[in-house]
Order: sequence, then structure tokens, then C-alpha cells
Amino acid sequence: MPIAIGTTDLISILPIAIVSLFGVYLLLQSVFAPRMNRILIPYLGILGVGLAVVGNFFLIGMEGTAFEGMVRVDRLTVVLNFLFLITAALSLLITISYHEGEHVEFLEFTPLVLFSTAGMMVMGSAESLMTIFLGLETMSIALYVMAGFRRTNRHSLEAALKYFLLGAFATGFLLYGMALTYGMVGSTNLTQIAQYFTQNALDVPLVALMGLALIIIGFGFKVALVPFHMWTPDVYQGSPLPVTAYMAVGAKAAGFAAILRVISLSAFSIAFQWSEILWVLAVLTMTVGNVVALVQDNIKRMLAYSSIAHAGYILVGVVASNDQTVPSVVFYLIVYLFMNLGAFAVATMVAGQNERRVNIQYYRGLGYTQPLLALAMAVFMFSLAGFPPTAGFIGKFYIFSAALQSGYVWLVILGVINSLISVYYYLNVVVAMYMQQPVDEKKIAPVLPGVGVVILVAVLGIVYLGIFPGTMLSVLR
Amino acid sequence: MEMASLLNYTTFLPLLGALILLMIPKTEEVLIKSWAFFVTLTTFLLSLPLFHNFDGSRSSIQFETIKSWIPSIGAGYHVGLDGISILLYLLTTFMMPLAVLSSWSAIQNRVKEYMLAMLVLETGMLGVFISLDLLLFYIFWETMLIPMYLLIGVWGGPRRIYAAIKFVLYTMVGSVLMLVAILYLYFLHYNFTGVYTFDLLQIYTIDIPFGLQLWLFLAFALAFAIKVPMFPFHTWLPDAHVEAPTAGSVILAGILLKMGTYGFLRFNLPLFPEASVHFAPLFLVLAVIGILYGAWISMVQRDIKKLVAYSSVSHLGFVMLGVFAFTVPSMQGGLIQMINHGLSTGALFLAVGMIYERRHTREIREFGGVTRVMPVFATLFLIVCLSSLGLPGTNGFVGEFLILVGSFQVVPAFAVLATVGIIFAAVYLLWMFRRVMFGPLTREENKNLVDLNGREVATLLPIIVFIFWIGFYPRTFLDKTEATISRLAGTMEKARAELHLEKQAPYWKYLVWKGNP
Repeated sequence: MPIAIGTTDLISILPIAIVSLFGVYLLLQSVFAPRMNRILIPYLGILGVGLAVVGNFFLIGMEGTAFEGMVRVDRLTVVLNFLFLITAALSLLITISYHEGEHVEFLEFTPLVLFSTAGMMVMGSAESLMTIFLGLETMSIALYVMAGFRRTNRHSLEAALKYFLLGAFATGFLLYGMALTYGMVGSTNLTQIAQYFTQNALDVPLVALMGLALIIIGFGFKVALVPFHMWTPDVYQGSPLPVTAYMAVGAKAAGFAAILRVISLSAFSIAFQWSEILWVLAVLTMTVGNVVALVQDNIKRMLAYSSIAHAGYILVGVVASNDQTVPSVVFYLIVYLFMNLGAFAVATMVAGQNERRVNIQYYRGLGYTQPLLALAMAVFMFSLAGFPPTAGFIGKFYIFSAALQSGYVWLVILGVINSLISVYYYLNVVVAMYMQQPVDEKKIAPVLPGVGVVILVAVLGIVYLGIFPGTMLSVLR
Repeated sequence: MEMASLLNYTTFLPLLGALILLMIPKTEEVLIKSWAFFVTLTTFLLSLPLFHNFDGSRSSIQFETIKSWIPSIGAGYHVGLDGISILLYLLTTFMMPLAVLSSWSAIQNRVKEYMLAMLVLETGMLGVFISLDLLLFYIFWETMLIPMYLLIGVWGGPRRIYAAIKFVLYTMVGSVLMLVAILYLYFLHYNFTGVYTFDLLQIYTIDIPFGLQLWLFLAFALAFAIKVPMFPFHTWLPDAHVEAPTAGSVILAGILLKMGTYGFLRFNLPLFPEASVHFAPLFLVLAVIGILYGAWISMVQRDIKKLVAYSSVSHLGFVMLGVFAFTVPSMQGGLIQMINHGLSTGALFLAVGMIYERRHTREIREFGGVTRVMPVFATLFLIVCLSSLGLPGTNGFVGEFLILVGSFQVVPAFAVLATVGIIFAAVYLLWMFRRVMFGPLTREENKNLVDLNGREVATLLPIIVFIFWIGFYPRTFLDKTEATISRLAGTMEKARAELHLEKQAPYWKYLVWKGNP
């Protein structure tokens, strides 16, 4: 069958194309260009992302499928594209400052970020299981490499290997699940899958349910749901901080984008079949993440467990499976982007050369040695803990209200109790910064402009979305 | 100026002041302190016309502002004052300049951050009292925790970190469940009317089934009972009070605790009247236990500040007794007693802070005969103590008397037990006063104590003016609350009658979970 590619098709993947092309170009540039230009590569990467953002504006208002039903463009696509692109841009900004502290060659780093961002956007605009798989692998393979970027560091190598092995294993589950689903439905197209489930809602064949379960496992690994979370702390700890930041936000958002597309939107009509399983997963994920985070003294591991817990909160929105699911999940992902990238940006600044200062004890007295940095970190911590008037509160509030609307009272109660537990370890950082004396007199390097921009954007985002969430909420609805 | 916008300006003025304070360099400590004092004083002065123009004969909300805020979920900026909140609002604006004054020399380091926290805290507290939208209320309620947490944790005593975290976690245990209840009410209102809104006045209008009321009542009540604090949820209070800096204790006792009792009057009673009637015996028992237990514990304290802290448990027990007796005099007395406790206990903490600053100890046995060297202090301290124990002619008497009169009509046994509590209050306060102030001046260190300076007198004097004002002519204040409280009492009376009909089935039947809204 000849495949005709029209203008609509091309526009619908415009941001993906721009980012990919820039990735290829920068890869070549980093090989052939003279040494001088190498410093420019991350900036060029940011430029590429910026152009993609511009390209994404052309997608606003489009509604439909492209590439013979492989790609879908709708409001969700556009919002997710923006989310991934902002994540990439901010992560690259953190990288620029990281370069100057770390003596690691980061040449291929920028292209890899761009490739994996392209993969994420493919996942967000998927209309077919194949597209999702394509995007997922593009994203993941780039991330495996990035995790091992500190070549001389044992933990970094461990992280890369662990992430790769477990990731490959999870991919197996995912593919198997997709194959089973395809076997029953006869198509990988999500619209047709949705039709199939609607028609067979009362009597879904076991094989199709198996397929769905395996797909959930595959995605569960990517977003770090308990019990598929074992890789997270080690990988987060071992990867270079900018990668951890990028992974924690981007990969999780992409995973949830896929969950929204496949589970929430396509398998909507059989929600009663999977919502109970996800209910259990959500409670497990929140509880394990928060309880284990209580005893961490390494900020990277603490944020890793916190990211697991946050996956649990977001899953609560998925369990709700009503018309609030998509807006509440996406809103939370946006908020999560700001607060997590912000926290990692501060952690990068504090960590210094070779990431020696990742323990919470190095945050002691930060409120007086680096008042602005500490203030920003306090905002991120209060937001992660869900205190108003930060965006973290509105995000949680919206998720829980979605769940309550579907009548999941106990899930919400367990959710808020979890949120209460989390207050303790987030406030630990605040305690260290403001209520304890510095552990050593060694000064932290002044905040570099790249990271400074990230922190500023994150703080403004959190405060704005916390006090005036109205506009964003009405966009998402 | 129009009163509604004046209310908004007054509420957010401290926050604006905090933003300007950010621009003052850290080293200009005097300027920082003066600015904070100026801002809080201006806030107080601006709030006076609100009191003056408030019409006590109307039970409706006055100075109302309704603006849409998050239209997509039906949350609005809905604020206003009524007879329940007007006095507490004024109490807050009144206490804040005094709290700033009391920190003048007590806070030596990180003055700028301290004053920032104070100013942000003031806006948070004022916001709690004016919010008439559940989401807005919750946001102010929680936001306020952050500056208070920092005040205790950064400027507190030796065990400040423990106390600060305990304070936050205890408060949040209650408030997260309240959040669930708020969301539940939101969807319940939607099910009844088809409108999504967090507006309290609209949610007042729906008739919540009794079985559900019980659950929602408990969720709200836990949050407020911890804040009050009612026995047995009071254990955070002594820690927080003892570790907090003087101004922190003043605000904590004077204003924050009132948010618990305010919450009962604003939310629990009008939203769930039947459940309130149903649970009233439980709360009355806890209130009386609180009165007696708080008094007994106070009696055996060696630390003056701890003594005052436990006396709060006792005094707030009186307020709860008044609230849950549901009669007009008892609820009015409860409201006045909230103000009284804010003034008297606030002043007690200020006084304790003054001698602590001089001697750096609060152990009762370290003192004795202080009257000889600090006569001015002794006079003021005695007045404050007498007002706290409810001597006729002072504010404490008015509140306690109204509560006892009101509650005697419905629950005479409890009123009698509570009266015993007053006797104990006299015992622990006067006994402490005797040991600290009278007797021979035995300790060498106490011989050189300096009497109060002008600033310190100026901190206590305004409170003493109000102690006598309320004591001799409480009508100025009672009149403002009359109509609102009468209406609330009417609601409760109706609920009592309805509950009588409804209570044919055993009560535990209602506590079985009924599922979705």
C-alpha cells in the first residue's frame, strides 16, 4: 500500500521533527566541529527546543489523526509537547552549569536529550500501540546512555546497567501485552481498541485483559510504580544530576502520557476491570515511596523515593477514570515539572564538583550562606509536600477531587495521610537549611546563570500556578 | 472608603509590608523593626473603622467581597465579616503590633527573616477569619502553618526543631482529613444543586443527611479540636509554647488557638447542626475534662511558661463548653472568652517573656520577692493574672460568667464542675504569683533586676485597657455578636428538635459508611 504523506501529516509532527533534526545536526557538529564550538552545543540544543516550541504553536487547535492513524493531534498532544519541551530546555540549562563544575565530556549529551525528548513527544501524540512503543524506546535508549555519563564513576555505570537491564525486561512485558491486545482486537490503533473494549465491555476476553495487565506493568516500570520501582533509587542516585532531573520529570510524564492514552482513554469503558488493580498500586506506590523516603539522607535518593510517591498520587487521578482524569493528571505533571526540576537544580548547585555534597547535612545553614538558593529550595519542598499557596497543593487537590468525584473516599483518605507523612522528610530539608548550623565552612559556588534561570522559572511557575491556577485549569479542561 | 475594600486592604497590607521589607538591607535592624511595627500598627488602625461600622443588629455577612478566582472549579474569593469573626479579626490586628514590640530586644539574630515571618503570618491569620469560601479558607489555614513553623523552629528554645515539627504534623493530621471533607461537601452540593462551588454560604443551604453529617462533622472537628486544643489532642501545645519565642507564644495562644474554636462556630455548627447536637455530650465532657485537667497540670508546673501553656487548655475548655451548650449567652460568652484568653494569656506570655529576658530562666523556684525590685512589673503582672483567673471587674469574669449562666440552663452538672475549674485557676495563678513575686528576695541574681522600660509598659498597657474595658462595659463588644449568635442558637434549637424525631434508630446505625455522595 503506498503511503501518501500530506502537509497535515508533517505539521502534526513538526515539533518532533525539529527536535530530531537538531539532534542529528548537533551529533554531527560535535564530531566534526572544531573544539571552539563545542561549548555552544547545549545552547544550540536549547535553540532547537525553542524552535520546536514555536512549531508546536502551529498544532494548537488541530484535532485529528495523521500518518494513516498512527499519530493523533489534539489538545492533550499540544500540552504534552509543551511540557516535554520545557523539561528539555530547563534540563539543558542545568547541564550548562553542570559542565563547568564537572570534568566530564558532555558532547553527546545534548543530542541525546533531544532524541529522548522526541521520543517522549511521540508517546504523547500516539494513536497506535506501535507509535507508543517507538517513542518509548527512542526515549529509553537515550536515557540508558545518559544515566552512565559519568564514565569514571562506579555508581553511574551501575545506574546505566541496572536501568538498561530492567528497562529491557519491562519492555518485554510491554511488547507481550501489546501483542496480546493486538491478537484480540486485530489492530494496534487506539481508537479501534477503544471501540473493541466498548463493544465487549460486559464480557472482555481474558486474553485482552492479560494484554492490558502486561501493558500496565510495562508503563508501571517507566513511571516507577511499586512494585516495579526497584531501579529508581539506584538509577537516580548514580546518574549525573541533570540526567536525574530530566529523567525524573520527562520520563515520568511520558510514561503517564502513555498511560492516559492507552489505559484512561482507550480502555475507558472497562475501567471497572482495571481501576481496582490500579487502586492497590496507587496506595502501595504512595506508601512505599513516602515511608522509605523518611529515612534517606542522600538528597538524590530522597527525591527518588519522593518521585515514586508522586507517581502514586498521579495514579490516583488515573484510578478516578472520569472526565477529571486527564486535566488533573496533566496539571499535576506540569506542577511536578516545576517543583522537581527546581529541586534538582538546587541540588546540582549544592552538590558541586563530582557531586560530593549530596547529603542532606550539606544543606545545613544554607538559609544564611545562600539565602536565595535556600528560599527557592524551601518553596520547592513546601510545594512537593503540598502546602498551599504553592502549586503542589492545587495539583494534589485537583487529583484528589477527581478521585472523590468517582467515590474513592478511602483512596483519597490514604492519599492525604501519605501527603502528611511526606511533610516530615521535605521539612527535614527546610530544618537543615534554616534551623541548623553549617557543617563545614566551605562556600558553595555562586549560582550560575543557567541554573539560576531554571530556579527562577520554577519558583515563578509554582507560585503562579499555586495562586492563580484558573487559567491553566480551564485550558486543560 | 468603602468598607468591603477596606477589609481587603487591611488583610493584605501586612503581606505588602513584607514584600517591601524584602528590600530593606539586612543590617538595618532598627529600620526593619520599625517598619514591621509601623505596618502592623497601620493594619490595626485601618481595622478600627471596620469595627465601628459593623452593624451588630444584623446577622448577615458584612463588608462582603465576591470575586471569581478559579472559575473552572467554582472556587471564589469570597470574604466578609460577621458577628463571629469581627472580634477575632480585631483581636488579631490588635495583638500583632504588641507582638512585634515584644520582640524588639528579644530577637537578636535574623531580625529581617523574623519580621517577614510575622507579617506573612498576620495576613494568613486575617485571611482565615474572613474567608467564606472553603478552598480559600483551607489555603489560608494551611499557609499560616509555614511562618509559625519557622518562628518556632528558627527562633525557639533548645528543643525548637522537635516542637516545630510536632506542631506542623499535629495540625496537619487534622487538616488533611478536613480537606477530604471539604471536597466531599463540594460534590455533595453539586449532587443537590448541580452547581460546583466552594462557597460556604451556598453550602450552608443544603440539607445534609444525618448519617453523612456525622462523618463530615468528625472530619472537621478533628482539625479544629487539635487546634483548640481539646483534651486529649493537646500534647503539642506545651512543647510549641515552651519552645516558641515570646511573640510566637503570644500569637499562638492569642490567635492561633482561637481558629479551632472559631472553626467550630463557623463550620461545624452551621454546616452539621444535627451532628453537632448529637456529638454535643461528647464535646461537653471533653471540655470539662480539659478545664479540670488543664488546671491540675498547671498547678504542678515548675516552669512559668509551661504553667501558662497548660492554663490555655483549661481556658479553651471553657470556650468549648460555651460553644457546645448552644445557648445564646453561653455562645456569646464563648466568643468573648476567646478574646479574653487572647488578651490575658497573651499578656501572661508577654510578662513571662519580660522576666525571661532579664534572668534567662523561667523556673519558678529561681525567683521570689521580685516585687521589691520590679514594682511596676508586679502591678501589671498581677492585673493580668487576676484577669486570667476571672476576677469580677476584669474581662475573664464576663466570659466565664456568661458561659456558666448559659450552660447551667442546659447542662447544670457540667457548669458546676467548670466552676470548680475557676477555683483551681485561682489556685495555680496566685500560688505561682506568690512564689515568684512575694516573699523574701533570696537570690543574689534577682537583686539587680531592672524594672520595665517604656517599651515594655507600652506593650502591656493596651491589653490592660481592654481587660478593664471588657470587664466593666462588655456591651461594646457583645453587641456586635448578638444577632449572629442568636441566629446560630436558633439553628441549633431547630436541629435539636429535628434530631429528636430522627433519633428513633440507634445512633450507631448512622455511623455505618454509606458510600458515595
